[in-house]
Amino acid sequence: MTKNKTQPKKDIKKDVDGLSGIETTGHDWDGLKELNNPLPRWWLWVWFVTIIWSIAYFVLYPAWPTITNATKGTLGYTQYKELKDSQDEIEMRQAAYLERFEKASFEDVMNDPELYAFASAGGRTAFMDNCATCHGTGATGFEGYPNLQDDAWLWGGSIDEIYTTLKHGIRWDGDDDTRVSLMPAFGQDGILTRDEIKSVVHYVMSLSDKSIHADVAGQTIFMENCAACHADDGKGLTDMGAPDLSDAIWLYGGDEHKLYETVYYARAGVMPAWQHRLDENTLRQISVYVHQLGGGE
Amino acid sequence: MSAGNQDQLFEKQERIYPKRVQGKLRNLKWFIMVITLGIYYLTPFIRWDRGPNAPDQAVLIDLERGRAYWFWIEIWPQEIYILTGILILAAIGLFFVTSLLGRVWCGYFCFQTVWTDLFVWVERLVQGDRVKRKRLREGPWTFEKMYKLAITHTIWLAIAWWTAGSFVLYFNDAPALVMSFFRFDVSPTVLGFMIGLTFSTYLMAGFAREQVCNFMCPYARFQSAMFDKDTLIIGYDESRGEARGKHKKGDDWEGRGHCIDCSACVKVCPAGIDIRDGLQMECIACGLCVDACNNIMEKVDLPKGLIRYDTENRLDALKAGKQPPKLRIVRPRTIYYTLILSVVGSVMLYGLIKRAPLDMSVLHDRNPIFVKLSDGSFRNGYDIKILNKTYEDKTYALTVEGIENAEITVKSAGDIAADELFVPADSVGSYHILIQAPVKAAEPRAVILSLDDKASEIKDSYKSIFVTQRN
Repeated sequence: MTKNKTQPKKDIKKDVDGLSGIETTGHDWDGLKELNNPLPRWWLWVWFVTIIWSIAYFVLYPAWPTITNATKGTLGYTQYKELKDSQDEIEMRQAAYLERFEKASFEDVMNDPELYAFASAGGRTAFMDNCATCHGTGATGFEGYPNLQDDAWLWGGSIDEIYTTLKHGIRWDGDDDTRVSLMPAFGQDGILTRDEIKSVVHYVMSLSDKSIHADVAGQTIFMENCAACHADDGKGLTDMGAPDLSDAIWLYGGDEHKLYETVYYARAGVMPAWQHRLDENTLRQISVYVHQLGGGE
Repeated sequence: MSAGNQDQLFEKQERIYPKRVQGKLRNLKWFIMVITLGIYYLTPFIRWDRGPNAPDQAVLIDLERGRAYWFWIEIWPQEIYILTGILILAAIGLFFVTSLLGRVWCGYFCFQTVWTDLFVWVERLVQGDRVKRKRLREGPWTFEKMYKLAITHTIWLAIAWWTAGSFVLYFNDAPALVMSFFRFDVSPTVLGFMIGLTFSTYLMAGFAREQVCNFMCPYARFQSAMFDKDTLIIGYDESRGEARGKHKKGDDWEGRGHCIDCSACVKVCPAGIDIRDGLQMECIACGLCVDACNNIMEKVDLPKGLIRYDTENRLDALKAGKQPPKLRIVRPRTIYYTLILSVVGSVMLYGLIKRAPLDMSVLHDRNPIFVKLSDGSFRNGYDIKILNKTYEDKTYALTVEGIENAEITVKSAGDIAADELFVPADSVGSYHILIQAPVKAAEPRAVILSLDDKASEIKDSYKSIFVTQRN
C-alpha cells in the first residue's frame, strides 16, 4: 500500500530503494537512505497564497515594529478601538433599559421582570466594585459591618430606607442629611459603674436567651439608660439606628465580653455617603440589588 | 548526490481523465449517487409540525434557538452528547464496514467521491470522453476549447452553489431562506458560508479530486489499521492474469495469462493507478476497473472476474498455487466492532427513551452558603433552572422535602408563589429561590426539591443540601 507513483526517469541513473521501489535522494546516513517522495506541486501554490495573505495582512493591520511603535495598517485597527466599540455597543443596549429605569419608581421596577433583572444585574456589579470591601462579596458583612442578607436592619430594610442610607451614609461628615445617632460610652464616660454594666449586659443577654435569668437591677438600669433608643422590650428603633437586642443577630458579637465592651466604649459604625461618588441610577440599582438579596422588607 | 541527479522537490500533478465505463458496479454507483445527492438536496424541505415556536422542519440545526431536530427527535444544547453518540456510531459503523468490505465508503458514499463523479460526468457531457477531453485540454486555445471549458466551469459552479445553499438550509428554515434569496435579502453570514462552500466544492470536486484522498483525507491513511488479510479489496488475480501480453483474436491462451494488457482498468481509474500493481493507498475501491475488465473478458470469451472483489488471503493462496480459503466474516475484529456498535447504540436508545419533557437543575448558592436570620432560623438560596421541553406553557409547583417547616420564597419581579412557577413553552425558566426553616445549626442536611406540573403527571426532582453552619 505504500507504493508511490513517482517513477525514476530512465535517462538519469537513480538510486532506487529495493524494498519500496522508491527513488532515494542520495543522502546516506550510516546506511539509512532518505526516500524521495516529493510533495505535490499545488502544495507549493498553497504556500504562495499564504505569503500573499500575509502581505495583505501587513498592509491592512498593524504589523511591522518600528523603534518606538509599529506600522499602523491601512484599516486603522487597534485593540483599544475594538474595546471602545464593544463598550459603546453595550452602553447602547443598556440605554434602552436605563431610560425606562430612570422614569420608573421602585415599585414599578420591583414588578417589571425586565427592569428588575436589569437593576439587580447592574446593582450587583456596582456592589462588587464599591460595597464588597466592607460588606463582603456575598453581602454577609463582617464583625462591625452589617450582614445585608439577613432580616435585621439598623436603619430600616425597605427599599426607600436602603436607598436613603446608601445616598447619605451613616455618621458621614461630608453629608448634611447623613444618618446620625450616638450611643453613650457608658463605662468610659462614667455613666455606669462596672458592676452596673455587668448587670445590664446580663439583662440584655436574657432578652434573646431564655435560659439566662437576669435580676431586676439589670432591667432597671436598662429601662433608665437604654430603652430610650432600644425600646422597652429591647427590639430597637430603626429611626435611631438602634439595633434589636432581643434577636439572634449581633453586629459586634453576642458573648458577655463583647457586650461589656460595647456598653463600656459604645459603638458608632460609619458608612460613606455614596451620592458624591455614584450617580443616581447606580444608587437605585444597588438599592434594588441589596433589597432582593433576601432581607428586604 | 551525483551531478545531474536533480531532486524533484515538488511533483507536478498529472491530470487524470477517467474513461467512461459501463457495468454493474457503475450502475450501482449511479444509483447510490442519485440516492445520496437526493437525500442531501431535498431533506431540508421535508416538513414536520413543531408548533408555533419553531420552524416546521424535519431536519434542522437551529443555532439561534439552540435546538437540533431530527424528525421526532429533538435535542437541547445540554443533550449534545446525542450528537456525539451519532458521530461515534458513524465512526464505528465505518470501521466495521471497512474491516468487512474494504473501502466501500470511499468508493461509493464519500462526498468527495460522489461530487467528483458528478463533476466528471458534467465534464464528459460537455467535452466528450477521455481522449477528447485530453486532446482538448492539451491542445491550443481554440474557440471550441474556450466555450467548452466555459460551459463546464459554469455548470460546476452552479452545482457548487446549489450544494453550498443546501448545506446552509440545514441550519435555517429552508423555504423561508429560499424565499429570502429571491428577495435579495440574505444575511452576510449565510452569504459568507455559501461563498466559502461554493468555492471549496468547486475546488475539491473540480480540481483537487484524488489529491484530497491522497494528501488531505486522514481516513485514507489510517484505514489500514482496520484492514486485515480477510478484508474485501479490489484485487487483480495475478495467478490467472500473468504473464500478461497482447492478444489477437484466435491466438491460443496456453502458456500465458488472461490479462491482455489492454489497460482498460487504468484508463477508467479515477485515482490514476494501475490496480495490477496490487493494493495501493490511492485505490478508493470504486470498482470501476472491475467493470472495465469484465467488459473486456466478455469480448475475448474468458470468464469474468480477473479483477474482482476478493481478499488478500485468497489472492495470495491462488498465487502460491493453493486452494483459496473461504471468506471469513466472523473475525475478532468484526466481533468487537459489532459489540461496540451495540453498546453505544443501546446507551443512546436508552437516553432517548428516558428523555423527559421536564428537566430541572438546582445550584445551591455558594456565597453566602447560608444566612442566619433574626429569629434564629436559617436561610439557604438556590438557583433553579426549569427546562420545559413541551410545546405548551406550563406552571409548576415547587416543594422541598427533608427539612421541617420549610418556607419557600421566590425572588423575582412581583410576587410569585412557589407553587406557581411559570415557564413558557419550549424554553428554560430561571428562578432564584430562598428556603427558610427554623432548625438548629447542624451538618448539611440532604434535601430534595421537586417540581410538579399541575396539569399532568409530569414530575422531576433534584437532590441538594441545606447548610446551617460553617465547617
